[in-house]
Amino acid sequence: MRLKLEPSPEQIKTEKIYQQMGVSDEEFARIEEILGRLPNYTEIGVFSVMWSEHCSYKNSKPVLKKFPVTGDRVLQGPGEGAGIVDIGDEQAVVFKIESHNHPSAIEPYQGAATGVGGIIRDVFSMGARPIALLNSLRFGELQSARGKYLFEEVVAGIAGYGNCIGIPTVGGEVQFDPCYEGNPLVNAMCVGIIDHKDIKKGQAHGVGNTVMYAGAKTGRDGIHGATFASEELTEQSEEKRPAVQVGDPFMEKLLLEACLEVVQNDALVGIQDMGAAGLTSSAAEMASKAGSGIEMNLDLVPQRETGMTPYEMMLSESQERMLMVVQKGREQEIVDLFEKYGLEAVAVGHVTDDKMLRLIHQGEVVAEMPADALAEDAPVYYKESREPEYFREYQEMKPETPAVDNFEETLLQLLEQPTVASKEWIYDQYDYMVRTNTVVAPGSDAAVVRIRGTEKALAMTTDCNSRYIYLDPETGGKIAVAEAARNIVCSGGEPLAITDCLNFGNPEKPEIFWQLEKAADGMSAACRAFNSPVISGNVSLYNETNGTAIYPTPVIGMVGLVQHIDHTTTQQFKESGDLIYLLGETKEEFGGSELQKLVYGKIFGKAPAIDLEVESKRQNQILDAIRAGLVSSAHDIAEGGTGIALAESVIGSDGLGADVELEGEAAAALFSESQSRFILSVKPEHQAAFEAATDAVLIGKVTDAPVLRISVEGKKVVELAADRMKNAWKGAIPCLLN
Amino acid sequence: MKFAVIVFPGSNCDVDMYHAAKDELGEDAEYVWHDETSLDGYDAILLPGGFSFGDYLRTGAIARFSPVMSEVIKAAKAGKPVLGVCNGFQVLLEAGLLPGAMRRNESLKFICRPVGLKVENNNTMFSSAYEQGEVIQIPVAHGEGNYYCDEETMASLKQNNQIVFTYHGTNPNGSIEDIAGIVNEQGNVLGMMPHPERAVDTLLGGADGLKLFKSIVKQWRESHAVKA
Amino acid sequence: MYKVKVYVTLRESVLDPQGTAVKKSLKTMGYGAVEDVRIGKYMELSLEKTDRDVHETVKEMCERLLSNPVIEDYRYEIEECVAQ
Repeated sequence: MRLKLEPSPEQIKTEKIYQQMGVSDEEFARIEEILGRLPNYTEIGVFSVMWSEHCSYKNSKPVLKKFPVTGDRVLQGPGEGAGIVDIGDEQAVVFKIESHNHPSAIEPYQGAATGVGGIIRDVFSMGARPIALLNSLRFGELQSARGKYLFEEVVAGIAGYGNCIGIPTVGGEVQFDPCYEGNPLVNAMCVGIIDHKDIKKGQAHGVGNTVMYAGAKTGRDGIHGATFASEELTEQSEEKRPAVQVGDPFMEKLLLEACLEVVQNDALVGIQDMGAAGLTSSAAEMASKAGSGIEMNLDLVPQRETGMTPYEMMLSESQERMLMVVQKGREQEIVDLFEKYGLEAVAVGHVTDDKMLRLIHQGEVVAEMPADALAEDAPVYYKESREPEYFREYQEMKPETPAVDNFEETLLQLLEQPTVASKEWIYDQYDYMVRTNTVVAPGSDAAVVRIRGTEKALAMTTDCNSRYIYLDPETGGKIAVAEAARNIVCSGGEPLAITDCLNFGNPEKPEIFWQLEKAADGMSAACRAFNSPVISGNVSLYNETNGTAIYPTPVIGMVGLVQHIDHTTTQQFKESGDLIYLLGETKEEFGGSELQKLVYGKIFGKAPAIDLEVESKRQNQILDAIRAGLVSSAHDIAEGGTGIALAESVIGSDGLGADVELEGEAAAALFSESQSRFILSVKPEHQAAFEAATDAVLIGKVTDAPVLRISVEGKKVVELAADRMKNAWKGAIPCLLN
Repeated sequence: MKFAVIVFPGSNCDVDMYHAAKDELGEDAEYVWHDETSLDGYDAILLPGGFSFGDYLRTGAIARFSPVMSEVIKAAKAGKPVLGVCNGFQVLLEAGLLPGAMRRNESLKFICRPVGLKVENNNTMFSSAYEQGEVIQIPVAHGEGNYYCDEETMASLKQNNQIVFTYHGTNPNGSIEDIAGIVNEQGNVLGMMPHPERAVDTLLGGADGLKLFKSIVKQWRESHAVKA
Repeated sequence: MYKVKVYVTLRESVLDPQGTAVKKSLKTMGYGAVEDVRIGKYMELSLEKTDRDVHETVKEMCERLLSNPVIEDYRYEIEECVAQ
């Protein structure tokens, strides 16, 4: 018997074996107290994953409390598989973002693929039909062979899973910075649609009801994945490769269709994905949320390998598995339904009233732990926070405008920066059209997906400029949410809510925890300003390589409602003769900008300032103007400033150009990254109405000739053919990879 | 006219095919699960794109043995229109209803983008609504669309005018002679990699695929008008 | 019991872009001696003994499903194992 080879409870204590699982001495003492005895090997394994940061948020909970999580439209806030927001007509939108950073750093294809698979399950386990995928990626600057390999494989992994399961990958963002070289970020977001009546929760109600297991069999893959995700990456991390799971999108497609059919059956009481910490977390959480207990017979769990121990079964992170609670006596209906899809659904246990998670193996009770202690009552730590030295230094710096000699050259160089450059090389590999609802495909501010059978559509985006957040986490946190909202509004949508993925370094370092706290403060303020609460999210800490942290990167995933499909707006100029407007004033703000990085090779100083009230007012003006039919194109000014925003509106157009007059200091006019600014184009007949409706200033005209001409204070500084800009912009990423 | 949309485990463009037939054409359409053993009552068969059986082993190789396939073969022999798009094309090749085989894209990458197609033969039941030589925009979305056949097969494809669509401008996958779509000798089975069902609504960027479906309906109406 | 090893490769006349990519990569890594790379599939089957000739069965499986004769060649090895 394998079991005999496991360390005894006494050994676990005296040899401090729990430490290898990431359990501290204090935590071990607490576990001993909860159980009133020493935990055995299975139990300490279960506690270690449930109390890992990845599952318990023990280090980030005090920060997460800062976020506004309620609103008139919120039907489900954080805590379930995904959050839910009402969109009228008895329909709702379901969405969540999640990280898969550590697995992707070790095995990029499978790490990214299973990240996509996991977030899709979170959405359909709520009963929702997934309609779109987005992602947010961070890599080094594509200089090293390893960096290129990670980038190519992550993109291939996302494509491989999303394309196969048939959910369009409609948008996302990618940024490149040396700080991500050893620790890339892979965040995946899924958006689904549900009828209110179909909403299902992961709760184990009804004593005596049957606990059923469905989907792929359990193997030894991914054991201790959740603990792995809660540690820093070191050179030894690659040796932990067995912890990475392999995805099977075909299995998940079948599971998806079966689950969407099963939620229509009233025999189903609750359903939850087996994600991180697999069987352990799904069972403990379902019981804890319902105030019940679960008893499972592990001999009944479908197994892919022979001789698996309870420890291995409970900690396996095999993919494409679901746990369900089904009314007693109606199990066969569920079995038959899954069988149609060639899937196995088996009874593995039942709901009890003693609030315990009890596991039976070969006739013996092998583990018995209070479900609440594993889930709701996991420890919470209030970490020390300290303002870092660098922050004070940056705040005290005098603003400095980088010197620009040749504006045309600089504009072209900026277009070639991988963060600014076209992401066509990436989204060409994503099926962004399947299910034929994608109205605005990747490449504009936000993606727009229509809701078939209605006049409505959903706009969706992911955003986060981590350079600003590094320079000033609070301001940067505000900007991240504001930018997401800008993208939604420029696409014709009204922000509904956000999901966030907090990617940070090691929270045990007070300076890192300070970044986390401050960023959360900024994000919360912005969420309130745009009436967009946080409805779901994920925390990924310990993103460090050999002791150096990434920039703080709280990725924002936002969904907005486009009331009528006709309001859909894109960034490209539409027609010669249209008037071009700039909304928002430009200051000499270069801290964290693309120009600063280009000229100095590093970032420093203050992040650009943002006034949320001003931001909100401008966004409302734009949305009203769009809804009134006054706007031909809308584009927010982001990385690279006004020059880049104009170039993008020209490049994407159908052979048009632009003639523009700007004011002020020329480098700032073109490349400052002042916030809350927009480029809009308007048909001449709407000039009066548009000017009455917004504070925008007329700066030029869309032209027939495919050339971008920019003058500043009457002096021509740029005259570039659209093709030249396009070649620089589109060629940059493929060129870096070759 | 009634269309059958065959659904294999792992098909994912079934919904798009269904809506193209039902909403855009206004014809009758039904999903048919892969284990059905009869296709009686259907006037045309649509094999949608996707990843039937996960594309495991080879694209289309396992789907080709689904119970419904013997009915598809029967319908093809009876002269009913059979359209296979993307994975549907791959299934038709594996089933031997069309000659040749599919290889991975030359770039080894999945490719999703609108491409130009040239109508090489408008004298088929799938292309009669197009002009001969017309260039249309239809999206592709595949990782294995690199069509291959030996010289002898190519000669007979050409001789019988079986090449219906070729890529115009850039060939996205490296297929032999830029082939994008072919019919069988009888002309009632069309396989193509580009997705006409994704190009039926200008809201989504173009409607050049609609004429393909309209051609099928037109032919069916004409042949039934004669019979009636 | 038979243990059957099946190897499926692209026919020599068929372009193998995967093999070409791997060859290119090996060369850049400094393995100048690499002349050619062909990528194929390897499958392991466990077959019970039946009355039917095992070679005939394996051949049939290879031709019907495991390979596509239009672009692929196959070969196999059969090993008889003694039940334990």
